[in-house]
Amino acid sequence: MILFFLKRIAGGLLALFSIATLSFFMIRFSPGSPFTSERRMPPEVLRNLERAYNLDKPLPVQYVLRMKGYLTGDFGLSTKYPGKRVDEILLPSFGTSIQLGVLGFAFSLLVGIPLGILAAARQNKFSDHAASSIALTGICVPNFLLGPLLVMIFALYQKWLPVAGWPENFSPDELLKLILPALTLSAVHIAYVSRLTRAGMLDVIHKDYIRTARAKGVDERTVFLKHALKNGITPVLSYAGPMAAYVITGSVVVEKVFNIPGMGQHFIDAVFARDDAILMGAVLIYSSLVILLNMMVDVGYSFLDPRVRLT
Amino acid sequence: MNAAAVESRSPTQLALRRFVKNRRAMVCFWILSALGLSTVVIPLLSSHDFRTQTLELQKQAPNRTYWMGTDPNGRDLLVRTFMGGRISFAVGLLATAVSLAIGVAYGATAGFLGRRTDTVMMRFVDVLYGLPTMFLVIIVMAVLGRSFLIVFMVLGCFSWMTMSRIVRGQVLSLKEKEFVEAARALGVPTPAIIARHMIPNILGPVIVYSTLTVPSVMLQEAFLSFLGLGISEPATSWGLLISDGAGALNPLRVYWWLVVFPGSQLAATLYCLNAVGDGLRDAFDVQQK
Repeated sequence: MILFFLKRIAGGLLALFSIATLSFFMIRFSPGSPFTSERRMPPEVLRNLERAYNLDKPLPVQYVLRMKGYLTGDFGLSTKYPGKRVDEILLPSFGTSIQLGVLGFAFSLLVGIPLGILAAARQNKFSDHAASSIALTGICVPNFLLGPLLVMIFALYQKWLPVAGWPENFSPDELLKLILPALTLSAVHIAYVSRLTRAGMLDVIHKDYIRTARAKGVDERTVFLKHALKNGITPVLSYAGPMAAYVITGSVVVEKVFNIPGMGQHFIDAVFARDDAILMGAVLIYSSLVILLNMMVDVGYSFLDPRVRLT
Repeated sequence: MNAAAVESRSPTQLALRRFVKNRRAMVCFWILSALGLSTVVIPLLSSHDFRTQTLELQKQAPNRTYWMGTDPNGRDLLVRTFMGGRISFAVGLLATAVSLAIGVAYGATAGFLGRRTDTVMMRFVDVLYGLPTMFLVIIVMAVLGRSFLIVFMVLGCFSWMTMSRIVRGQVLSLKEKEFVEAARALGVPTPAIIARHMIPNILGPVIVYSTLTVPSVMLQEAFLSFLGLGISEPATSWGLLISDGAGALNPLRVYWWLVVFPGSQLAATLYCLNAVGDGLRDAFDVQQK
């Protein structure tokens, strides 16, 4: 058991390390530097700047310095905002992004799984067909299209929900701001998760052990929620890993559509300004979030299917 | 029963015959062809130009002259939507071609060589799978610039992994098949075995998976363009148009056409591509892994 956790943590760290390495070399091997696009500056100024950002040292040295920095929690200096550290820029917005990502992830599972169970329990009835047509639209309407559409319908034509923003406190009015972003971020995944749950449940429901449970006189609710769900839900969990990555990437879009003060805008601005330190920092934070969610999924998986723990 | 009268058909022919009988897939196929063709033809036929800005005509609702209205810069939205579709289709097809080339070459090499090489090569694929590749794509766009060429090359270079896995699996299992062994025993040279026995058998899954790659890269292109990291002005794509529309949303007046027209074309295309892909998968009877 402990070995299983240690292995998962080691795997996560390895993935983070490869992301850091890959992005470091992709940035360094490309032409240009953060200072090439600026207006022409005297060579000695450029040399000083490069020295300040360690750009004058040989590549392997730069790489080791950078990695050492990450290990000690030093994310380096921004080139766009001179004199500012990356963590100073990213930290204030970082919490919002995490909340949004986790909310989207939880929403996908907490809405998708019950929808799928409902569809399976009422196979081929109205609610099953309704659920599958919702799932279909979810799959071909991507989040950056769904967001503006939902805003138009529920915030502009019908003034039911706020247009944009992020809650500043826990009053009901402020919390209403969460609904549209959470829905936009998770719609596609609610669709997939409900399809997978439905298929998984229908797969299991004809097994012998379910018939035995029913024959024993276990009531239908317990059969579904206790006996069938445990096995029927495994396909959902194997989708939940990749889903974490999609949700986190999607959060960048949702932050843009709803004007949410998260890391997304800094990340996009850093692309245009070619602020390598912010780019790498943001990618590493986003990736750690993805990896963390993946580890949680793995742990959940190992509880549902003890065979996983052995491998 | 006269056996000689029965025309022999290859598995590919049989699969195509099954595909044609799938009504949903065929309808989607024709819709796609019509859409694809109109993205090429309509901008050529229209009397409006997709770049001409008329400042007095900003954000006009759809009317007789401008069937889909005009955008925030007073440009005809109809021509722009079809021009955007042209780019989106082109990126989808070209990126798929890139991913197809890399995936097939990589997977076939791993499958053929087997043993240690195979293990190492597929481990690498596993590692790539575990990474949130969209962020790596964005980094590449940041350092290489944002042009049409780079968009489809980069998207292609980051979406070949599933293809390589499929091809490798097929090659591995085909290598052990009796008919390949028989051909080898008869002294058929390796290139001929590959051409005659391997390629026809791998074709089905490759076609199916390529069709399903197209909507996924189109979606990624639209995502990047929406964020301003993909196709850039004056060229346009569906993602960029939707982004313009989303930017123009405000409580005073709703410019719905800016979002609805490009958005519905994108959604229809994604739906049809997936339906055609599913139809092909059923026709070729490919086990999805």
